Amino acid sequence: MRQKALDKRKMLLRAIKDSFVKLSPKTQKNNPVMLLVYISAILTSVLWVASLFGVGDASSGYTLAIAIILWFTVLFANFAEAIAEGRGKAQADSLRAAKKDVSAYRLASLEDREHVQEVVSSSLQKGDIVLVKAGQTIPADGEVIDGAASVDESAITGESAPVIRESGGDRSAVTGGTQVLSDWIVVKVTNQQGESFLDKMIAMVEGAARKKTPNEIALQIFLLALSIIFILVTMSLYTFSNFAANQAGIANPTSITTLVALLVCLAPTTIGALLSAIGIAGMSRLNRANVLAMSGRAIEAAGDVDILMLDKTGTITLGNRQAHAFVPVDGANEQELARAAQLSSLADETPEGRSVVILAKEKYHLQAPSMESSHMVFVPFSAKTRMSGVDYAGNEIRKGAADAIKAYVQQGGGSFSQECEQVVQNIANQGGTPLVVAQNHRVLGVIHLKDIIKQGVKEKFADLRKMGIKTIMITGDNPLTAAAIAAEAGVDDFLAEATPEGKLKMIREFQSKGHLVAMTGDGTNDAPALAQADVAVAMNSGTQAAKEAGNMVDLDSSPTKLIDIVRIGKQLLMTRGSLTTFSIANDLAKYFAIIPALFMGLYPQLSALNIMGLHSAQSAVLSAIIYNALIIIALIPLALKGVKYREVSAGRLLKQNLLIYGVGGLIAPFVCIKLIDIILVALHLA
Amino acid sequence: MNQAMQYIFYLAVLVALAIPLGAYIGKVMNGEKTVLSRVLCPCEKGIYKILHIKAGEQMDWKTYTKSVLLFSLCGFVLLFLLQVFQGVLPGNPQGVDGVSWHLAFNTASSFVTNTNWQAYSGESTLSYLTQALGITVQNFVSAATGIAVLFALIRGLIGVKTKGLGNFWADMVRIVVHILLPLNLVLAICLVGGGVVQNLSPAKTVELLEPIAVDAQGNILQDAVVDVENNTVTVNGQIVEGAEIVTEQFVPMGPAASQIAIKQTGTNGGGYNGTNSAHPLENPNAFTNLLQMLSLLLIPAALCFAFGRNIQNKKQGVAIFMAMFLLLVVAMGVMAVSEQFAPTALNTNPEVDTNSSLYQAGGNMEGKEARFGIASSATWSAWTTAGSNGSVNSMHDSLTPMGGMISMLLMQLGEVVFGGAGSGLYGMLAFAILTVFIAGLMVGRTPEFLGKKIAPYEMKWAVVVALAAPVAILAGSGIAAALPQIQASLHNSGAHGFSELLYAFSSAGANNGSAFAGFEANTVFLNLALGLVMLFARFMPILGTMAIAGSMSQKTPTAVTAGTLSTTNGMFVFLLILIVLLVGALSFFPALALGPLAEFFAGIA
Repeated sequence: MRQKALDKRKMLLRAIKDSFVKLSPKTQKNNPVMLLVYISAILTSVLWVASLFGVGDASSGYTLAIAIILWFTVLFANFAEAIAEGRGKAQADSLRAAKKDVSAYRLASLEDREHVQEVVSSSLQKGDIVLVKAGQTIPADGEVIDGAASVDESAITGESAPVIRESGGDRSAVTGGTQVLSDWIVVKVTNQQGESFLDKMIAMVEGAARKKTPNEIALQIFLLALSIIFILVTMSLYTFSNFAANQAGIANPTSITTLVALLVCLAPTTIGALLSAIGIAGMSRLNRANVLAMSGRAIEAAGDVDILMLDKTGTITLGNRQAHAFVPVDGANEQELARAAQLSSLADETPEGRSVVILAKEKYHLQAPSMESSHMVFVPFSAKTRMSGVDYAGNEIRKGAADAIKAYVQQGGGSFSQECEQVVQNIANQGGTPLVVAQNHRVLGVIHLKDIIKQGVKEKFADLRKMGIKTIMITGDNPLTAAAIAAEAGVDDFLAEATPEGKLKMIREFQSKGHLVAMTGDGTNDAPALAQADVAVAMNSGTQAAKEAGNMVDLDSSPTKLIDIVRIGKQLLMTRGSLTTFSIANDLAKYFAIIPALFMGLYPQLSALNIMGLHSAQSAVLSAIIYNALIIIALIPLALKGVKYREVSAGRLLKQNLLIYGVGGLIAPFVCIKLIDIILVALHLA
Repeated sequence: MNQAMQYIFYLAVLVALAIPLGAYIGKVMNGEKTVLSRVLCPCEKGIYKILHIKAGEQMDWKTYTKSVLLFSLCGFVLLFLLQVFQGVLPGNPQGVDGVSWHLAFNTASSFVTNTNWQAYSGESTLSYLTQALGITVQNFVSAATGIAVLFALIRGLIGVKTKGLGNFWADMVRIVVHILLPLNLVLAICLVGGGVVQNLSPAKTVELLEPIAVDAQGNILQDAVVDVENNTVTVNGQIVEGAEIVTEQFVPMGPAASQIAIKQTGTNGGGYNGTNSAHPLENPNAFTNLLQMLSLLLIPAALCFAFGRNIQNKKQGVAIFMAMFLLLVVAMGVMAVSEQFAPTALNTNPEVDTNSSLYQAGGNMEGKEARFGIASSATWSAWTTAGSNGSVNSMHDSLTPMGGMISMLLMQLGEVVFGGAGSGLYGMLAFAILTVFIAGLMVGRTPEFLGKKIAPYEMKWAVVVALAAPVAILAGSGIAAALPQIQASLHNSGAHGFSELLYAFSSAGANNGSAFAGFEANTVFLNLALGLVMLFARFMPILGTMAIAGSMSQKTPTAVTAGTLSTTNGMFVFLLILIVLLVGALSFFPALALGPLAEFFAGIA
């Protein structure tokens, strides 16, 4: 707890320091709106210096106050960005620790294991082959081409349980900086130095590689256009007021200092200051969900996604099937069937096997005999017989798929009845898996294995549907089984007997109808579909090819991650929109503060517009720009956390956000500016 | 009550006429069959043949834009030269001289941009040839150009991975032949029926029923007793020396009705007579007034429905229409109330009766025609500044401060409350893009309009379209206010003097053309400045609209789901209105505070 508080303080200090570092013009020019404030701050500072020598149209104390507040406005914006980057920087530091140079043992070729050359990991080239043994750190990203090993990937995933990496198949990718715990592997380096996964990850979490996304650019164009209008408004206001003063025969009451203050108040500085913090925070939220996006664009696309292609196993159903019922056939006793099923599964360590034992125990109160004391001979599952079972007390009990048992029964002279065929068919139709149990070549009945739908998924999918997101279940099951599970889980559609080509085709079809599709994948054969999908999340446990094809990597390799990603994407966009609305809505109150203050000298009747009853012209202007600066600080937590997200339709979301940020944005400044005015007057500052 | 019924009646008839006309325009622009096809299609084909137009040839956005600009440039050059050289050209029976270069520049800009700002008085400055070949032609084609650009945008919005946006030349021919000519023919005949002059005779001199007397300076003598036989004039029993008796009146003649028709329907506004539709021969009675008033907004309103029809989303057309309509109703409401309840200065004047009764409209009747009263004048003032027409039947300079501010604000919003023919709607669609951008983000999606994603490119051009008018108005009036010589152009001083200046630039920046009477605009600086403002505010949005059309047409639409932001419901209409008002208010609140608001608060203080 204390360590955490200490870290927080360190982060805060670093952010404050960075706020000053970011004052360099080079950083400022990236953000046009804040550049305007920056220039305004410089301008008012110069005006202040001039006013010390008696040149100027406003008192030097007032000009100084405006200048100071403007500098703080710039610093607050820098701070917002710095604090958003802070979390990423801390993460990047720990990643860098994993990225130190290590020794690599380069092989001349895969066949020739004799000539091992020890080199520094940074000198490795793409295509080099290295041997990594237990206890050594994998020197570079690569593909396992020989051997198998357990690898500790906690440096990047934070997950301490080791994972298996082996040549061939879908678990062949290894990441530089991770550690081999046991056995050995031969790795072919796939990435050039400086382009490794770890490098990319550091760059991403640090925000160094953060490019402005198209949506961010479009928003910035809008904000810039508003700023240009306000520059024209304030410039023309100077001549207008001069014109009116001429007609009235008095001196122009409008000082440049006040106009600069007005300009900064009107320009959308709130969103301008927080815009990049919102983007970085979105990325950082994704990182905290252990997902690594290859670009900010991918996160935004996640907000747009309206089709989720979800793998059945792990996302919709628990990974394993469970025994659901025993269905006796051919006049067999239910108790007898349960007993046989339990005995045959005693040695079966698979979750399915265990669930059979448990069902028999719980439903039929059958106590399983101890495996050691009894004379049991277990027959393990083999690919040849496709059955498993037990020989016990002279009985031969077998269980297996219907056709395997049919062959077994008929071979022993028994018959596979019509009734049994019917039961098997029924179970399959309901989305279950039938396992037929036979004793001494006589069929006793069928075990109904069922896919267990995860708790709460049905509600989740209903929520998603409300937001206009369709869920598609991807499964290798046959269409009948798939349809039954799909109906039970409440998904909108399913793809049964899914092949990589089938997935690709389906994605293309949806896209041609204008949908945006998100999917998860891990295998090499998923790569084409991943490349085609708009949001493609590759499992970190997957192959290098899959990771290259996707635009995000899920370090946890969790199939449900897709839903979180969509949420983070939407939240990012919503935060951007809501704060823009808030920022623009604020302008109304600022006008009511500043315009009467500006022109009361010229047209005393305009004091009717001073509906806030602000004390004086100076206190009105000061209150407005102090509010303008403070609101940035006040909204930093919201920019970092994101606005509240709920799974409701677009119309309701809009209504909610408009009410909070639109109407709130209209009212808040009236209240706050008045309060600041009262405080300023109480402190005799204005 | 009687008054309220008038306003409601005007609005109801407008909507009732706009809906069928919208369907007709939509059909014409798609080349579908209409009731008039049998008569007009041969004409259309004939024109194609004569002008060698290949109507089926599609243009991409660049070619279309080039054609628009080239066509406008030719119109501009022709109009400029006609004015400068009219003194030596035929068709000049009155023998007027060539126009100064800066006035010619201003007038050419004004008519090419569908503004019809007139820094001159038509009858004494322009020859018949200039009027016929220059002004009248531009009245038709500048309106047609706006409509053509709108339909190029519509084709861009519904296009899927195509580049073709239609053919500009064919569009122009269709608009003129199928829409503008028949509509104006019918309208002109009705106006003639209502008593508007339409002949080719020279101006007439008629005898007055009751002679009047003027003093040596030409001022009419009040309460004068005229003795024609003895040629004496007595006022209060005293004979006035040097008084002159007037027994005859000059009555302008000419082909007025036909010009007035296109002046109204084409959102042009340049009057046949100096006082525009306040003149008794240009707009004699309630019937002609109703016709002219309806035709102010008829095409811009109908285009909303044509838009909905042609993008195959009628609800979208209705939503855009509703946004414009509600803004108009609010503007009319404020205008009506502030004109009906005259300012304190009038109400407290014992000489003036501001009460409404069976025999008079009451309220602020300064600058209004007694035959139209408050309702018809206020409605006209709101409609002519909502649509970028600029014709008047009362003097805007004499509106109450609030009424004057509404007419100014309607222009400053960028003429998107119906606005100009075509230009009003494409301007509003740019605001719709800004609206969906902000609202779309708030529902957690990257924004899209009509299924097409809004990328930085569309955003860039949408802000150009939406903000061209405020930029032009602010920059123009800001510079003008800084120049000392501008004081000489003002008719009034103080806040109202500033309003005159602001109104002039708002009118030019909105391509409207109306003015606060008394503002002397025929100076080198104002002619140039206002001319440039008009050109900028017209052609920047056209460029932006075409660029958006070009990029939208190449996109594939995204599917509509429950997560899609609806752009057809009340919420969207409300938001669109809010964005339009917000941009307008944020841009002009300070300026309005120094003009009409200062006047208003002085009046109630």
